[in-house]
Amino acid sequence: MNWRAIGAIYRFEMTRFFRTIYQSILSPVLSTVLYFVVFGAAIGGRIDTVEGIAYGAFIVPGLVMLSVLQQSIANASFGIYFPKFTGTIFELFSAPVSFFEIVMGFVGAAATKSLFVAVLIIATSFVFVDLHIVHPIWAMVFLILTALSFSLLGFILGIWAKSFEQLNIVPMLVVTPLVFLGGAFYSAAMLPGIWQVVVKFNPVLYLISGFRWAFFDVADVPVTLSLAAITVFLALCLAVIGWIFKTGWRLKS
Amino acid sequence: MAAIISIRDLKKSYDNGFEALKGVSLDIEKGEIIALLGPNGAGKTTLIGAVCGLVTISSGQALVGGFDVAKEPRRARRLIGLVPQELALDLFETVWNSVRFTRGLFGLPRDDAHIENVLKSLSLWDKKDNQCKELSGGMKRRVMIAKALSHNPEVLFLDEPTAGVDVNLRRDMWKVVGDLRNTGVTVILTTHYIEEAEEMADRVAVINKGSILLVEDKTQLMQSFGRKVLTLDLGAPLATLPESLADYDLSRSEDGKQLSYAYDTREARTGITRLITDLAAEGIHVRDLDSTKSSLEDVFLDLVEEKA
Repeated sequence: MNWRAIGAIYRFEMTRFFRTIYQSILSPVLSTVLYFVVFGAAIGGRIDTVEGIAYGAFIVPGLVMLSVLQQSIANASFGIYFPKFTGTIFELFSAPVSFFEIVMGFVGAAATKSLFVAVLIIATSFVFVDLHIVHPIWAMVFLILTALSFSLLGFILGIWAKSFEQLNIVPMLVVTPLVFLGGAFYSAAMLPGIWQVVVKFNPVLYLISGFRWAFFDVADVPVTLSLAAITVFLALCLAVIGWIFKTGWRLKS
Repeated sequence: MAAIISIRDLKKSYDNGFEALKGVSLDIEKGEIIALLGPNGAGKTTLIGAVCGLVTISSGQALVGGFDVAKEPRRARRLIGLVPQELALDLFETVWNSVRFTRGLFGLPRDDAHIENVLKSLSLWDKKDNQCKELSGGMKRRVMIAKALSHNPEVLFLDEPTAGVDVNLRRDMWKVVGDLRNTGVTVILTTHYIEEAEEMADRVAVINKGSILLVEDKTQLMQSFGRKVLTLDLGAPLATLPESLADYDLSRSEDGKQLSYAYDTREARTGITRLITDLAAEGIHVRDLDSTKSSLEDVFLDLVEEKA
């Protein structure tokens, strides 16, 4: 294992993160604050509680997940797409580095960045609402698993994308709707009849539900199911990465 | 001398059936500078890519330092520094960080002193804290070379090091390569500028349409294809060539003041003495003589046409 190479990629990516620190941190924090103002203060004032939890607090896990998903995908996909775009990727393939080590460097850095943002958002939310995290360890586990698997997904997207447009289209057209429809701002129990079933097909629901359980001990689906869902998703991403590695898809001629 | 790179019957074909390399064999000796000379699309970059791990090999074998690039890629690649044709740099990163990054990729511990030496030898030291985007094209090329040298490679590939570079910078690059020779690094460069191969290389491999046409010591190559042209300045303009000189490979300049005679130095008789005698017999007065050796360019064109 070429640990130094993994470290070099990781460091290089993190340097980029800190070079664009305002964009990296300010924008997710600002949008979270806006969500708090709009949903928490304006709408939350009329909703009172959801499943016994103040609405403002209830939306915190969903907001954190929204940012983690977006950030993980954006960071990892951009991280690998940019070298493809500028041509510097030749360096990775001509160095004594395995594809697995490349993935570790990029995905590790992308996941670190989104965890960083997640912690910052949770810290910010303490300013706005009264929060008490019931299972902090499980909250961490869900965060890390989610950040890792969606960074892997982002990495795959970055390899797949042939243009900046393609790079943006999946997060915009797929991930954001899934999060909004995945119970970020409501409980599945609040939905009318058939929609309670439909929403169960949304994988993001399981993530948010599990994460919310870690916060409040309240969930839409059993927490074991949430854990199973995220594990399956992680395994799926790893399988795709393995396949790319074997075939050199979109990377080697 | 031992071969540091040994390529055997290397083939590369693409899914669409295009054969970029049609069984290339080449041995490159340690410490030499070899130029891969060929027109655009000849397969130079593909050959480099195959040895460096950027192109998957269809069949055949490439050994670097005795390690098969397909079977033991890590050990082979550790020995290689690659400077590709395109200037590919993370423009927002500093020179120092970029060079350090490459060293890390090759699994080597941090060594600031070595990087300092590399940067100084390429006159980049005072630019080390600049972002790459602030550098000129020539300087960027140097950063690419510094990155390739950051991990002490034994072999350095320079793909078209002077493509799109002005004359001054080209001479600059020649000097850089000359200095590399002194450090004992084996250099493989590709070029379609003949004068570049002539200037820098010890040996020249001529490649066209995926095959190596010949590999030869540069000076021998120039000699073996030693066509020369003798230019004769005439005392008085010549309106037409006399019948008696029709057998010679002669051409008359437009103003009639010069005759050019092409001959082959490899022939037992060059025919010069006879030509001079015949000219005198016709009463043509010769004021001056000048002979020029054909350049590698002529040599190259000869070859490509011959084997096409």
